[in-house]
Amino acid sequence: MSELSVNHLLGIKYLKESDIQLIFETADHFKEVINRSIKKVPSLRDITIANIFFENSTRTKLSFELAEKRLSADVINFSAGQSSVKKGETLIDTVNNILSMKVDMVVMRHPNPGAGIFLSKHVNAAIVNAGDGAHEHPTQALLDSYSIREKLGDVANKNVVIVGDILHSRVALSNILALKLQGANVKVCGPKTLIPKYIESLGVEVETDLVNALNWCDVANMLRIQNERLDISYFPTTREYTQQFGVNKKLLNSLGKEIVIMHPGPINRGVEITSDVADSKQSIILNQVENGVAIRMAVIYLLASKIK
Amino acid sequence: MSQKVLLSATEINIILHRLACQLLENHLDFSNTVLIGIQPRGTFVAERLEKILREEYKVKHIDVGFLDITFYRDDFRRGDKTLEATATKINFLIEDKNVVLIDDVLYTGRSINAALTALQSFGRPKDVELLALIDRRFSRHLPIQPNYRGRQVDAINDEKVKVLWKENDGKDVIYLINK
Repeated sequence: MSELSVNHLLGIKYLKESDIQLIFETADHFKEVINRSIKKVPSLRDITIANIFFENSTRTKLSFELAEKRLSADVINFSAGQSSVKKGETLIDTVNNILSMKVDMVVMRHPNPGAGIFLSKHVNAAIVNAGDGAHEHPTQALLDSYSIREKLGDVANKNVVIVGDILHSRVALSNILALKLQGANVKVCGPKTLIPKYIESLGVEVETDLVNALNWCDVANMLRIQNERLDISYFPTTREYTQQFGVNKKLLNSLGKEIVIMHPGPINRGVEITSDVADSKQSIILNQVENGVAIRMAVIYLLASKIK
Repeated sequence: MSQKVLLSATEINIILHRLACQLLENHLDFSNTVLIGIQPRGTFVAERLEKILREEYKVKHIDVGFLDITFYRDDFRRGDKTLEATATKINFLIEDKNVVLIDDVLYTGRSINAALTALQSFGRPKDVELLALIDRRFSRHLPIQPNYRGRQVDAINDEKVKVLWKENDGKDVIYLINK
């Protein structure tokens, strides 16, 4: 097994366990590359990649762009804010226009779930999903699992709790799928209003008490409350949310064991985690960011090698 | 498919000793020289040479590194398979050093070309030499020749040279395989 079983990265749902291992092994090599004084390799010098973002993003876009440049690909960037999308152009037309300029791969973020899958059926390029609505964010899940593997040696049989807004989070869904695929035990924790009804069908347990969840877990992945996606009031106030589901240093110290704290960013300091937790040595938040570049290099490299 | 033994364990051992002596002649105490084995199979040659130099010729310290060239190869997307990487382990600077690149079989020269590009990521060496255990004559695609060669063979394109090592494959032997 030395190549991916897929031609696009649309979601963790479409990957096999062996694909994840191949991505991790390749990322190990790229991590060594990005820690050299000269951080660039020439592999993708004849590949052009378009980063198409129909939704705001800072770190994911930067991380993808850096990964592409470290592989020597040519990169073009497109943000919906400044484009003809506002003038009424359809998604397929927009992307086909870009592809006419001889682009080989499209990295796309879109507010609608399934946008990447739709695109992959209609255009001739490798598609990487960089987040589609509340559906999936596969590279984030891969870098999260990779960071757990780096910190704890393995993902299998580890207890991972995902805390926060599970309902609106693409990070949560992709993470659950990726963790289950690798044999981890997963619980979700948050206000009942923000936990999807049929979440148990994914093989995860629901825990509404944060202290119980933290006592059970090896790793806690703290999600941000996505105020921009909350159309109605799911909990009374942010302060009440913090009191029930926020992690502070006192709570961590009371656990009697050292758990790993993760966060996909951006952090709302003082809401889901306090500053002393985010900056503590238990937190691997900045490692996640560094690993993000290595993982994205691996995904792009492996997908690009299937473009003939 | 038929195969014949090109070199036996004894012959390989004699050749490795000769190559070690040639390296000694040019690099003396290896204080400003580093050996770099090209992954995946040049590393065995590099480790053997280091062992001989250290144990039998009492060279006190030699820097040995492993270089993976996968991401520098010129055949990315041109074959059927994804090129799989191996680890690079170079824990020293090669700036101003005499570098000896080491590989088991020198064939088209394209790997060495990629290795020369890859080396640039680790500094500007004083000079670079090439050591190849087996040199397949008349098959070069690029103007690259070894400074130290173990054995020169005339193998036609349908043939393959396969080098086995005790530490990896159970025995030391080099085969010429006719496909």
